Amino acid sequence: MLSFLSDYTLHNVMFGAALIGVISGVLGCFAVLRRQSLLGDTLSHAALPGVCLGFLWSGTRSMESLMAGALLSAALATLVMLTLTRRTRLKMDAALAVTLSLGFALGVVLLTFIQNRGGAAQAGLDSFLFGQAAATVRADLYPMAAVVVIGLSLVVVFWKPLKLMTFDPEFAAVSGLPVRLLELFLTGMIALAVVVGLQMVGVILMTAMVIAPGAAARQWSASLLSMVLIAAALGALAGVSGGVISALAPGLSTGPVVVLVASAIALFSLLLAPQRGLIPSRWRRHHRRSHTSSDRILLTVYELAREHGDWSYRVEQGAVDAYYGMVTEPLLNALAQRELLTAAEHMPDEGQHWQLTPAGYEYAAARSRAQNAHRRLRQAGRGS
Amino acid sequence: MNWTDPTVAIVLTGALVGMSGALLGSFLVLRGNSMLADAISHSILFGIAIAWLLTGQTSGPLQIVGAALSGVLAVFLIELLTRSRRLRDDAAIGLVFPALFSAGVVLINLYAADVHLDEHTVLLGEIGFIWLDTVTLMGVEVPRATLTLGVMLLVDAAFVLAFFKTLKLATFDTDLARVLGLMPGLVFYAHLSLLSGTAVAAFDAVGVVLFVSFVVVPPAAAYLVTQRLVSLIVLALGIAAASAPIGYWLALWWDVSIGGMMALSTGGFLLLCYGWRRFADRRALGSTPVQPPPSASA
Repeated sequence: MLSFLSDYTLHNVMFGAALIGVISGVLGCFAVLRRQSLLGDTLSHAALPGVCLGFLWSGTRSMESLMAGALLSAALATLVMLTLTRRTRLKMDAALAVTLSLGFALGVVLLTFIQNRGGAAQAGLDSFLFGQAAATVRADLYPMAAVVVIGLSLVVVFWKPLKLMTFDPEFAAVSGLPVRLLELFLTGMIALAVVVGLQMVGVILMTAMVIAPGAAARQWSASLLSMVLIAAALGALAGVSGGVISALAPGLSTGPVVVLVASAIALFSLLLAPQRGLIPSRWRRHHRRSHTSSDRILLTVYELAREHGDWSYRVEQGAVDAYYGMVTEPLLNALAQRELLTAAEHMPDEGQHWQLTPAGYEYAAARSRAQNAHRRLRQAGRGS
Repeated sequence: MNWTDPTVAIVLTGALVGMSGALLGSFLVLRGNSMLADAISHSILFGIAIAWLLTGQTSGPLQIVGAALSGVLAVFLIELLTRSRRLRDDAAIGLVFPALFSAGVVLINLYAADVHLDEHTVLLGEIGFIWLDTVTLMGVEVPRATLTLGVMLLVDAAFVLAFFKTLKLATFDTDLARVLGLMPGLVFYAHLSLLSGTAVAAFDAVGVVLFVSFVVVPPAAAYLVTQRLVSLIVLALGIAAASAPIGYWLALWWDVSIGGMMALSTGGFLLLCYGWRRFADRRALGSTPVQPPPSASA
């Protein structure tokens, strides 16, 4: 299988895919955090007419002109979106969808226009829909690498304002930062990421490359810097593995394979990341529930009653829930079954309350005394 | 009337796609969920590929229902991800539909490379050839796609007429609809299921991405000039219906994609409505240009 591909092609694919993964991972973090994930979707669809115009203008399939065209039409798309949201009553979602669909329609029209005029090179344009890694040549990589270097250095230079813009745009505006300009800058950066991915991932699926690494990295990290670094690594991983798989299997478009790998990484992260992952956090909740005995809750109610000097003090269920950070109702019900607690009416609309029964008071007092004695014993043991 | 005449069949089919899309899209745009149209129309490719693998066909009522299920699946997954509070809704949309779409493309790549179903057809449609595939209905020969889309439009219209009040209330005041026991969540899913079904029926003709234009652009254009729901829907339907013949003749004139040109024509109407709105605003306040208030979301 490998003999079909020279190492040359494979190296190109791996290098190009890594470039795409890094730039879209880094810039995608800002899009995901700023709730602008779908901007990448619109900009990538709207890049298609630019690619066609770049081809018509230069007459060849040179990467530079196609990328320049794509950037230009992404900029125009941004302008249309801003006009629609600022000057009409259309909301952001409608502006995104309108720009996306009309941009793509224009791209399709231009694509057929080029195809019907003939020309051998037009066959290559089709691959911009879904990406074709194997068609990458060394000369394509230079403009891609240049854009990536420019994009990353801009992120480094403007790191502080970008961070502020992402987490607290109001404060950024108040502290005198040119917020509008920075917003445009971030949009332009996403357009850059899209443009780099045109050749390999294609216009339809670049959106996933912008979102998936950032969304995955978010699950593993609690600071912007670590999120950006992890997203870059995950993006590169998805790009390289997807690119290589599709280059080795003829007939497989690259974009979908890369996106499936990126989606699998995101799914894995959502489920299994140690802190935010759904399975670990569900396990922790379960663990906490099964390791909190009903006796501890009874003792809490008892302590509260003692603090208030009233054995029949009514404790609010919500307070117990908040104290234990979980739903304690099943345990409270179990205690009521053992006739140690009883549900109590407080005032109407005040939520469920519970109070000790005389038996519950006796039981809790005995437990509390035993516990205190035990604690004293342990402290005495440690002291000696 | 000769239904299999290419011009009649193409223009009629385009208008049917546009009208059923615009009808359902009106509620979507007003509710602020326009990007779900994009998500659904991409996601159905997964269902189309699966239905093709199981039955060997891409058209037919069973295929439409089966493929539409994957659009509903996408909406369900998006809700699931958003509810887990690990991602915001925009990222959830952007994560789910590319995954389903990619799975569909890979399935087609692997198992259906040389048959009727290829990813470019799915993406762009071939409205220019729909008149070749015909069925006989009550002794009259009609193109299959036209018939399917006609039925789809009737179903959509029946749904909107039957649940008009519920849809209206669920769109403008979801909480009130819920309190009144109208089950806006259920209506929401029914509405999106129909949208998926319509997208599947339309994919032969215009492809999945261009379908988004017909769903979103006519209602958005109409919303610029009217704020009444009924007139918005009627105007959106009119724009969609008019875009089909205009797009068809422009496409013939320039020798470009018919589906693409029809979709682009809806954009022409959007521009028209935008111009009309600006003109009306200007005239309403004398010659002083209107400065809109700074948008709250900016």
